[in-house]
Amino acid sequence: MIVPFSWLKDYVDIDISAEELQEKLFSCGFEVEELTYLGKDVTGVAVGEILSCEKHPDADRLTVCKVNCGAYGEKQICTAATNVFVGAKVPCALDGATVLHEGGVQKIKTGKLRGVLSDGMFCSGEELGINDDYYEGAEVNGILILDASVTAGEDIRKIVGIDDYLFDIAVTANRPDCQSIFGMAREVAAVLKKPLRAPETSYTPVNTQVKIPVSVEELALCPRYVGHYVADVVIGKSPQWLRRRLALCGLRSVSDIVDITNFVLLELGQPMHAFDRNFLQGGKIVVRRAKQGEKIVTLDEKEFTLSRENLLICDGERGVALAGIMGGLNSEIKAETREVFFEAAKFARDSVRKTSRALGQRSDSSARFEKGIDAYTCAFAMDRALHLTQKLGCGKPTCYRADTAADPAPKTIRTSFEKINALLGIEVPQEEVVAILNRLFFTTAVKGGELTVTVPLWREDVDGYPDLAEEVIRMYGYEHIKPTFLQNATVTHGGLTTAQKQESKCKNILKEEGYFEALNYSFYSPKDFDLMRLSASAPERKAVKILNPIGEDLSVMRTFLAPSMLGNIVRNVRRGNDSGKLFELANVYRAEELPLRELPEERKHLVLGIWGEGDFFDLKGAVEAFAQAFELKLKFAAGERPFLHPGITAIVYAGEKEAGYLGELHPEIAEELALEKKVCLAELDYTLLEKKFAKDIRYHHLPKFPDVQRDLAVVVKEEVTCAELEDCILRACKAVKRAELFDVYRSAQVGAGKKSVAFRLTFSPEEKAEKPLTPETTEAFFRKIVGNLGHNLGAELR
Amino acid sequence: MQQDLEQMQKEAEEAALSAADSRSLYEAKTKFLGRTGLVTALLKGMKDLAAEARPAFGKKVNELREKLEAKFAACESALKAKELRQKLAEERVDVTMPGRKGKKGTLHPVTRIKNQLVDIFAGMGFEIYEGPEIESDYYNFTALNTPADHPARDMQDTFYLSEEFLLRTQTSAGQIRYMEKKKPPFKMLSPGKVFRSDEDATHSPMFHQMEGLVVDKGITLCDLQGMLNEFARTMFSETSKTRLRPSYFPFTEPSVEVDVSCASCGGKGCSLCKGTGWIEVLGAGMVNRRVLENCGIDPDEYTGFAFGMGVERIAMLKYGINNIKLMTENDVRFLEQFKD
Repeated sequence: MIVPFSWLKDYVDIDISAEELQEKLFSCGFEVEELTYLGKDVTGVAVGEILSCEKHPDADRLTVCKVNCGAYGEKQICTAATNVFVGAKVPCALDGATVLHEGGVQKIKTGKLRGVLSDGMFCSGEELGINDDYYEGAEVNGILILDASVTAGEDIRKIVGIDDYLFDIAVTANRPDCQSIFGMAREVAAVLKKPLRAPETSYTPVNTQVKIPVSVEELALCPRYVGHYVADVVIGKSPQWLRRRLALCGLRSVSDIVDITNFVLLELGQPMHAFDRNFLQGGKIVVRRAKQGEKIVTLDEKEFTLSRENLLICDGERGVALAGIMGGLNSEIKAETREVFFEAAKFARDSVRKTSRALGQRSDSSARFEKGIDAYTCAFAMDRALHLTQKLGCGKPTCYRADTAADPAPKTIRTSFEKINALLGIEVPQEEVVAILNRLFFTTAVKGGELTVTVPLWREDVDGYPDLAEEVIRMYGYEHIKPTFLQNATVTHGGLTTAQKQESKCKNILKEEGYFEALNYSFYSPKDFDLMRLSASAPERKAVKILNPIGEDLSVMRTFLAPSMLGNIVRNVRRGNDSGKLFELANVYRAEELPLRELPEERKHLVLGIWGEGDFFDLKGAVEAFAQAFELKLKFAAGERPFLHPGITAIVYAGEKEAGYLGELHPEIAEELALEKKVCLAELDYTLLEKKFAKDIRYHHLPKFPDVQRDLAVVVKEEVTCAELEDCILRACKAVKRAELFDVYRSAQVGAGKKSVAFRLTFSPEEKAEKPLTPETTEAFFRKIVGNLGHNLGAELR
Repeated sequence: MQQDLEQMQKEAEEAALSAADSRSLYEAKTKFLGRTGLVTALLKGMKDLAAEARPAFGKKVNELREKLEAKFAACESALKAKELRQKLAEERVDVTMPGRKGKKGTLHPVTRIKNQLVDIFAGMGFEIYEGPEIESDYYNFTALNTPADHPARDMQDTFYLSEEFLLRTQTSAGQIRYMEKKKPPFKMLSPGKVFRSDEDATHSPMFHQMEGLVVDKGITLCDLQGMLNEFARTMFSETSKTRLRPSYFPFTEPSVEVDVSCASCGGKGCSLCKGTGWIEVLGAGMVNRRVLENCGIDPDEYTGFAFGMGVERIAMLKYGINNIKLMTENDVRFLEQFKD
């Protein structure tokens, strides 16, 4: 929010610099995001009184002036402007001065114009960065002619109102009362320990017979509506001081009545509206919900079609204002307006917010209503507006006021100094607590250690002793807090849960395997499902949608992780990273039904991707390393996924349950994405596998007798898989503890369509065996295995 | 016979000495001492001798055998030593050649910082709790003293999934779930992903927060700062300090912004801290009484504090990362820099 330094000084005698005030505000909870000196780009410009004007000897369009610049002496200025005259007082930029020019800063130097010396330049309003609202005449075509009363040599910034600072203050959401200049002045007075001068609100009402009754149908949406009738209105121009105030805050002057409403908005934070009473049909105001499809055209000539969600201010016939957002065109103040009905109301913040969002219509009013307006300020602001109306002489406040509520009753908080100090952990002296609260307009009653506090009506945010503690400490100073290390706290046990530790272990294993951990958004594009060739009925397509996504690309919650991983690989390849290995452990979101009726299930998935180096078996090695670390027994069977190579895809099983997939990217997708290097992807249902992780280590007794190893090589048809052979071996003989593949060999000798497969078998004697395995027993096992392999899989011993 | 024996000893010793490698030595040894060797043949030929001459001859042959065995053994060990020397010489490598490196991966910088934070707070007795990423309006806002009409909802741009469900905007949502289950006293740390509809150099629609919560009897604002000082010292530098300044969060009262003295310039003011000497690191405050009440905890008996920080922000500060986008691009040249 913009707060001009000069305006603050209306209410508080500030005897510190703007920078010092910035520090003070920061310490009590108001961060000044930007402090701007308005005249920073206009330097070295003084008032000059033109003593003589003569034609330039060599240029028809130029005039050579002698100028009295007070302390700067007499100067000679050449100008092309035609509105200068002897006796005129004008802004004079002297040698070394800076002025504004076409959006930038221009430096002025002594020079010659067509051979005649010019000590500087006369300035227009634009070159000083001002308009008519700052200084009358600033917008004329030519040089700014100053008022005759100014003195030659004076700094122009002081005269045209730019010797001023603007504070851009961040006001926290709990302090809507500080969304105004006067609201900030209250804080400034408190922090500087200075008295506060309240704005004048007195006026003398004239009698009237006119009545404009106000009825509110939706009390919850409009807790207070203050209306006041002003007669004998003569619309005119606002005085310079008022226009300047508006200009400092970035508003243009419209007409005196409208300016008053804007001034009060800035000064007190209360949005106001002025209706031309002549256009209020039926002579009354009704605050009600709009009818479905009802239309209104606002002051900016935009038409809106409304719904029951929108609160509408109506006269006897129709809508005349969109509550809290903008007035209607049908009852706007015009030059010929003779009677005015002022509105100062409190509208519910969420109602204004919803309407403003739904219609895409925002205003200074709606911004303030959304943050919250207190009911007390409605009447205060109305009095202020009437005072200004009378002061400006643009109308006569009457005795007719409609008010749907009274000032609210003040809140009282009963607490103790002990409670406040217990929360802070330090002892703030009683008199200090009382003084701080009083400076912030809380009234206090002290009885021993007990403290009864009455909250000022504009502080709707305060309702308990912790709020008071906050008021005290922010004014007393956070530097008084003495850090203690949990001196009263109970000792508690901390740390990660088993599941959290396992996750960490999982990541570390993959790191050791050479994989980099990736991190992706939890949402991606629905188009990713098409890229992955998912069928229309694929369960992965049943994704939770974001109602208000940043864009289509980030609009559905992930149901599997492969699209993100593929995206990462594509990005890496395009950036010239020819090879790499990545993994990500993250949630996918599976909804029972859409739209959501309950929280969807969040399951952790582990996705791995490699490109440019290694193949299917390298990736499988990493999956196996992960499985081994948690003693998982995973099985791999040939299978299909629409986005994977049909011949190089394994479905991963944990027991009977499908736990994921592993395979090479489908060549068609690789081509579509211009991926020349081999890409392999694996994705596992970590949540499922986690349940099967080995719990504690369980010791197995050492065998009494040593294992015996023997190699076995058989020739089988190509289609017989390694897993089938291994399975057959293990089934054939219980004594085989392990059967490890160590060679696959193809040659003409082995035969076309066949392969030779070699396993190293490890035989273990039974746990209770009394003697070691003899060569004869092993031989018998071996023959049985060979027999079974031959019978079941057509294998021949090599 | 005596001569024969001497001759044989001489021949055998010569053979042993002249063997160039273990194999020819073995062959020579077999020739004399093997089962069908010459010395063995002598013993077998004894049956042709007179009975009384046999013991003396036998003794002599055995002496010869022992002598020869000793000789062969000596030659064998000498040969082995020689052969070993040769082998070692052949195996010599250029030790100045570069070593072979195992290619290891890395953990994401966010994970690294998360792990560090967990270590710091677990050591202070914090339990680690992770809540759901998709939340109901109640847990994310209402229970945290942010009812539907509350302007604080505008502080965060929320992604909605339905009227009721949303992507959590703050890990504070986990506070409520935790407190519903747990009776004080407790210390809880809740790390996780959060989502806001915001995207620029310092804002990402998804980032990580770490929420801390302590509820016990007699907890004060002084305890909050004391603990955060400890955190700053461990996370940033031994000399780090914190500064509290007033702020606002609906679920804490009083609320503070916490700045940490700039570790880069030691508080003197530099480009990193924009000349202020302080860097805004986290938000905190005393738990709002209403939040405790919402979770069935008596606010007259217990007080507590909560704090929340952005993990990416800390990672960016610590590692000097200038754009939050890098965190989710997963460029391997970025990721590989975060080695252990």
